[in-house]
Amino acid sequence: MLLKRITEAAGVAGDEYEVRSVIKEELAKFTLTMKTDMLGNLIYSQNEDAPGPRVMLAAHMDEIGLMIVQIENSGLLYFKPVGGIDPRVLVAKVVRVGKKKLPGVIGAKAIHLQKPEERQVPLPLEALYIDIGAKSKEDAEKVVSVGDYAVFDTEYETFGDGFAKGKSFDDRIGCAVLAEVMKEKFSIPVYGVFTVSEEIGLRGAGVAAYAIDPQLAISLEGTTAHDVSGVEDHLVSTRCGAGPSLTYMDRSVISDRNLIALAAKTAESLGIPYQYKNTATGGNDSGKINQTRGGVPTIEISVPTRYCHSPISVIHLEDYKNTIALVKAFIHAIETGGFEIK
Amino acid sequence: MNGKELLKSMIENTGVSGFEAPVAGLIQELFKPYTKDIRSDALGNIIAKVNGTGEGTKPKIMLAGHMDEIGLMVTKIDDKGFLHVTQIGGFDQRTLPAQEVWVHGKKTLLGFVVAKPPHLLSPEERKKTVPLSELLIDIGFSAEKAKELVQVGDLITLKRSMQELQNDWLAGKAMDDRAGVMVMLECLEELKKLKHLADVYAVATVQEEVGMRGAITSTFGIMPDIGIAIDVCHGRMPAVPDYNTSPMGGGPSIAMGPNVHPKVLALIKKVAKENRIPISLSPAPGATGTDAWMMQITQSGVATAVVSIPLRYMHTAVETLSYSDIQQSGKLLAYLIAALDCAFVEELSCY
Amino acid sequence: MMELKALTKKIVTAYGPTGLETNVANIIVEEIRPFVDSVRIDALGNVIAVKKGKGPKVMLAAHMDEIGIMVTHIDENGFLRFTNLGGLNPYVLLGTRCIFGNGTRGVYGAEKLEANETLSLAKMYVDIGATTRAEAEEKVKIGDCAGADYECIDLGKRMVSKAMDDRIACVVLIETIKQLKKPSVECHFVFTVQEEVGLRGARTSAFAVDPDYGIAIDVTRTGDTPKGITMEVSLGKGPTVKVRDSSVLCHPAMIQFMKEVATKKKIPYQLEVLEAGGTDSGAIHLTKSGVPSGVMSIACRYIHTPSEMVDMDDVDNGIKLMVAILQSTFPKV
Repeated sequence: MLLKRITEAAGVAGDEYEVRSVIKEELAKFTLTMKTDMLGNLIYSQNEDAPGPRVMLAAHMDEIGLMIVQIENSGLLYFKPVGGIDPRVLVAKVVRVGKKKLPGVIGAKAIHLQKPEERQVPLPLEALYIDIGAKSKEDAEKVVSVGDYAVFDTEYETFGDGFAKGKSFDDRIGCAVLAEVMKEKFSIPVYGVFTVSEEIGLRGAGVAAYAIDPQLAISLEGTTAHDVSGVEDHLVSTRCGAGPSLTYMDRSVISDRNLIALAAKTAESLGIPYQYKNTATGGNDSGKINQTRGGVPTIEISVPTRYCHSPISVIHLEDYKNTIALVKAFIHAIETGGFEIK
Repeated sequence: MNGKELLKSMIENTGVSGFEAPVAGLIQELFKPYTKDIRSDALGNIIAKVNGTGEGTKPKIMLAGHMDEIGLMVTKIDDKGFLHVTQIGGFDQRTLPAQEVWVHGKKTLLGFVVAKPPHLLSPEERKKTVPLSELLIDIGFSAEKAKELVQVGDLITLKRSMQELQNDWLAGKAMDDRAGVMVMLECLEELKKLKHLADVYAVATVQEEVGMRGAITSTFGIMPDIGIAIDVCHGRMPAVPDYNTSPMGGGPSIAMGPNVHPKVLALIKKVAKENRIPISLSPAPGATGTDAWMMQITQSGVATAVVSIPLRYMHTAVETLSYSDIQQSGKLLAYLIAALDCAFVEELSCY
Repeated sequence: MMELKALTKKIVTAYGPTGLETNVANIIVEEIRPFVDSVRIDALGNVIAVKKGKGPKVMLAAHMDEIGIMVTHIDENGFLRFTNLGGLNPYVLLGTRCIFGNGTRGVYGAEKLEANETLSLAKMYVDIGATTRAEAEEKVKIGDCAGADYECIDLGKRMVSKAMDDRIACVVLIETIKQLKKPSVECHFVFTVQEEVGLRGARTSAFAVDPDYGIAIDVTRTGDTPKGITMEVSLGKGPTVKVRDSSVLCHPAMIQFMKEVATKKKIPYQLEVLEAGGTDSGAIHLTKSGVPSGVMSIACRYIHTPSEMVDMDDVDNGIKLMVAILQSTFPKV
């Protein structure tokens, strides 16, 4: 099952190999041109020579994770986050280290050994370490190296009423949407780019956009949903189950209003539920694409995702299905002249 | 080539970010023994090209070491003739009081950063750092004379001659990153003895300290296949976790992480091993804080790596390093360049 | 001067928050069309006008967008929550008025603060006088944007308005276009978009224009108010030649050139060192393989408030300086 394979694959910024393999396997049977570039972006395309407009889609393969930075004398592993992680979600979690996916635990002092004041304050990153059960530095060095990556140990599973949980819906859900969209036959040039290193600064997207030189772009994210109890209405960025989310702006980009209007119109004409993101935080690949060359109008169509950047993220499967449907229909709407290129 | 003398001449010269002309002139001369193809681009980057052997398609490698240093800029000459300043690049302002400086006005003037004597400090004052906005420069002139000699926007650099410490260790200002420029010179010297296919662009970049700006434009103009940033990194010292530092005298420190192309890293390790050059590996989970961060995302992408000289007391007047690390880095890069061929370059975009 | 003030009023009072510059763009195009060889609007909304000349290509930039807010949520009682477009100080915003593209007006209010809490934009809302969500939605939607709602006032030597940053520079550029005869360079006048959120219009338009030189015109702070910041720039002492800000270290040759032109033409000027802040030249100078760039600023008090103040002699001298610069021989770099 694609969602299971793609979310369980390990791929932190700079180390997206396994994710590439999963996608390559998924799209192998389809008539698409495939290539990779200098940074490791995976680019699928169809109708490259057809008259435009040239559309680029982007979803990032990298997930947030950890890098081993030092093997301590006792055999414990010091680490640093790759991408933005709230250190409070790390304590007492299980991770998988390196290519061999060795299990490790993120340890901390047991509560019995802590003073009451200590328990009130979150543990800083420097006080945490990964324990793989090694007896000493030499023992650890037999199986791990400084520079190895670690990812959260979370299995994909469905639960509740149509929900799914997994380790990295930001942005493997976007990758899954993109893979499904690329299976569709279009008549205009469509480039599906599975980008690298988004989490450390939207690194792959701009480079791919420079080479493709698109006339419009769509980024597909697993975007923050914060529809849990105790959150004030206006801080609920998006809601699970309310359909794909359209973003007017975030810290990295202001979306093109005509593209947003077209997406909304397309959704309405097909009876696909959709929502507008109610907050403007964060950044996404379209931020870099928008600023490439002489400028590219962009839009973000995303799947609401709870608990991004933590070991467990959650989506609603209806949102996933509806996002795929909307994006496909949106591109078809562009094909039939839905967007004027300047 | 007396490396230490050349390094001394570079660090004692002046070249604040954005205004690198004086040191750029010197560096241009220092590249002359290696090539006639030396040019300066729109922002002042110095680009020296050393051709590889043969005709046809060749690998293109760019080396970048930044020649700019952090400095201060005059914001106001007050009515007592003292200068108020802002910084260009990131100083630790705690290291500035009582520091001697050069003020580059109509003439080069000696000045120093005012430090209030302890007798006059209140107990609360002693506990706090003097913020940059309250630092003053004393040049010993009346307000009227000062305003004739100095104007708003004039630059100020640290006055510090190079110190030769024990072993082959050296201390001075602007080791960050004129040491990197020295590495390029050592590399080109070593390269004279080797056969290499690759065309080499040795670039003394500008404005790294304010956002790697020279790297952005120089890389665009060259569009190399491979880009190596040569900078400094933190040298090992007590009270700093080992994972944030590299051993002094342990050879070049090589970064690992998303800012480094895995195949270039593998080749560097291989070349180091084959030529018995000691290296230390430094984990870099995100931005490396070097020119490589900008080189990597130029146009449709560059395969980058970072080679650093371990250095203590960064961004102070007494940046300290071991000269052998500079020599070893130069050699490593020369052997790396000699090992490049077209097949390697083609493989770089295969994932 | 009367005409200059009238043009200023027209341009600064126009509605045009970051991302929604079309209205301002249309007004500007109408003003300049008779005086340029070509005008176009690009994919992001930048206005690019060309005045042909023999020499190298020079890009001039002034940004059309003003700071403002974008509606992110409409609550059940008709209050609007928002995000900022550009730098907004919540304390400056409180109790002031804003206006949307369709003319809807509102007031900024804030939640009650606890004892040690500081005010932040997240604790604020816009009140358009609606009592229910439905009533509000008749006038405003998520994604709609508002700028400050204040008239432009004439204090004699000086004028006060919202959006002097950076419409006063647009005025300088418009007048430069009108008064420039026989330029010594090929002039690409770009009225940019989205400067306030990261120089976004300048970045992409500079790539397309691919100039040999760049000059941005913006506003800058002053040090001439009671217990003001340490800055040797004052209202009325002339347009500035910028040395640096946090986005750009102006090219020494450009600084020298601009100073020389001003001195030769006996136009008063000031040297400007701005510690924080950025301008379009921050993006222009890093385009492709680099563009030697400078900045001319109009001194302005109370930047990013609804009452930005400039001296009209500075504006007049700024126009004179820009015209003189574009008739001079640019330095070899």
